[in-house]
Amino acid sequence: MHNSQDVQVPFGPQHPALKEPESFLVTLRGEKITASSVKIGYNHRGIEKACEERTYIQDLYLIERICGICSHSHATAFSQAVEEIAGLEVPKRALYIRSLIGELERVHSHLLWLGVAGHEIGFDTLLMYTWRDREVVMDILSLLTGNRVNYGMNTIGGVRRDITPAQAKEVLKAVDTLEERTKYYIKIATQETTIIDRLSGVGVLSKKDAISLGAVGPTARASGVARDVRKDDPYAAYGELDFKVITTNTCDVYGRTVVRVLELMESYKMIRQILKDIPEGAITVRAPRKIPAGEAASRYEAPRGEDFHYVRSNGTEKPDRVKVRAPTLANVQAVSKMLEDRYLADMPIVIAAIDPCFSCTDRSIVIKNSGTRNSKTVPWEVLHVQSIEWYKEHKGIDFSALNKKYAKHFKI
Amino acid sequence: MIQALFNIIIFPGLLFLFVLALAAEFVDRKLSARLQNRMGPPWFQPLADFIKLLGKENILPCDADVHIFKFMPVLALTASATSFLYIPLWQSKALNSFNGDVIVVLYLLTIPTLTYFLGGWYSRSVYSMIGAVRSLTQLFAYEVPLFMSILASALLANSWNLSEIALFYSQHPGYWLFNFIGFSIALISLLGKLEKTPFDIPEAETEIVAGSFTEYSGKLLAFFRLSIDVEMVVGSSLLAAVFFPFGLGLTPVLGFILYLVKVTFIVCLISFLRTVLARLRLDQMITLCWKYFAPLAFLQVIINLILKGVFLK
Repeated sequence: MHNSQDVQVPFGPQHPALKEPESFLVTLRGEKITASSVKIGYNHRGIEKACEERTYIQDLYLIERICGICSHSHATAFSQAVEEIAGLEVPKRALYIRSLIGELERVHSHLLWLGVAGHEIGFDTLLMYTWRDREVVMDILSLLTGNRVNYGMNTIGGVRRDITPAQAKEVLKAVDTLEERTKYYIKIATQETTIIDRLSGVGVLSKKDAISLGAVGPTARASGVARDVRKDDPYAAYGELDFKVITTNTCDVYGRTVVRVLELMESYKMIRQILKDIPEGAITVRAPRKIPAGEAASRYEAPRGEDFHYVRSNGTEKPDRVKVRAPTLANVQAVSKMLEDRYLADMPIVIAAIDPCFSCTDRSIVIKNSGTRNSKTVPWEVLHVQSIEWYKEHKGIDFSALNKKYAKHFKI
Repeated sequence: MIQALFNIIIFPGLLFLFVLALAAEFVDRKLSARLQNRMGPPWFQPLADFIKLLGKENILPCDADVHIFKFMPVLALTASATSFLYIPLWQSKALNSFNGDVIVVLYLLTIPTLTYFLGGWYSRSVYSMIGAVRSLTQLFAYEVPLFMSILASALLANSWNLSEIALFYSQHPGYWLFNFIGFSIALISLLGKLEKTPFDIPEAETEIVAGSFTEYSGKLLAFFRLSIDVEMVVGSSLLAAVFFPFGLGLTPVLGFILYLVKVTFIVCLISFLRTVLARLRLDQMITLCWKYFAPLAFLQVIINLILKGVFLK
């Protein structure tokens, strides 16, 4: 497959364009990409397993730390699943507050993305401008929740902090500022020649491919697939909010940019509506410590696309199984397709255009009986014994004498 | 002899050039920072960076050709500094001049790009090699418009000597205004030569890390960076001498200030352009240069030929 003209370029796991460790190995002929392979799995943190060892309330904080950008998305998706199992009726006011934080989070995520996209195409001015404006929404989030990133707003059965009228006023003021700035960015993104030259026709993902590869979020919507959990399966307060699902038919990176900047405008509209319509009342219901046995799946439209959580409980205070499917996992498959016949120069922006968040995505996958490997299930105890044997044999580390000596003290 | 040494080493030679280069880097960085809503560096930052790099360890890649790897930064600096001697700065006469020096200056200004190519190629790192090839590809795109626009101006002056060109324009005031197209083309080509956005394709950070300079560190990187700064000053001085050749008969002090104003103006234009534009792709850059800039530069040549035939008989 490789002839002498081909050059293999490692694009990661350490690379200035990637903010997280991820590997894209591309084969180049001149400047053209002839083949590419995506490899994830450098940042597996074992969060799902760790969740099984903790109580539901502890899990909520752990789950929130899956992603630094869409932390509220994961926390909300998880609490929705647990609430469904426990059969809790979350107060309306709490649902509105969840939506409010969710939309503010979307605003800060999309502004962040716009800056990153600018940086990837060598337009640092856009990065500096959008990140300056992102501070406005970050300040608002820290005003409402006490934190800039991991808000800690959710709890099982509601939210932890109420919104005062004075805070609502601050939010509205910030939204006015942001709306004005966003209009300027829409103008830049749709009129500035070098940006359009770099973005349009790049990273094409046809509608058919977007559906068959299971793309979600702005990536899918830019390919004309009106896929939005907020509309398809309304949660929190979205059933009562008035908003449009933004789609374009350009199917390229330019379309993804347009979808995101226009979604910002929709978010501002929703924030105003939430603050106008928010009902009075309690912000939380009491949740039991032990969640009854059952299972639930929950979907949430994170800024990057559909976030999916599955929780199975066994009647104790700890979940039996937690499964998280972050939006990037759904979108990353499409990257190889988008890179077909493109130039090396398009690679950073094509990868950035799905707004990847690889650390959220990394899950360990066990392939059983795949046919290519001899796989078998090994219980933990056997693995423990095997590891001791391996170290004894290969590294000469032998604790058996010591173990025997101290056995009576420790009851090993 | 002492006078010549003083001229070459201190003023207006190497030392003055280095000070000017670091000042130009400061103006460039500060202006683009202010345009981007940032504070920007303090005035001594370029010098501090240079000294810091001088103190750092030199890391040589084990696959690299050591001699070429070490020699290239010095060659880049030497070539761009040498070309400074032939450019008339604030008088109509350069420090050194002979017939045909405009060709020599352009040739000397090409050498740094060649050193980026060789330095990158012999680093034997895949990013450096791609960056090196991109430098060279880019060179072929912007060099022709740059040469044509500068030679168009020389054509009008009927001389291949930079000092004589300057003399001609100071004797025929107002004629430099006709070279506006040439100036625009030369300025944009200069962006390509300096590898600044939108033509920073050979060192596109998000694609190939730092291009040719990926493997460079310590003193060698310091010299490469200084040579780019020097090239910026020399390029701006060349453009100032060829396209803004007015006020050359003033007193030395006033002339010197006017020269600084001209160079600062061109540096400001460079940093303005690199702030407001996004990086182009290599294929887009080549199309732009051959499809639009080369014909426009040719138009400048034709305009100047007509001017010469009609008005300057």
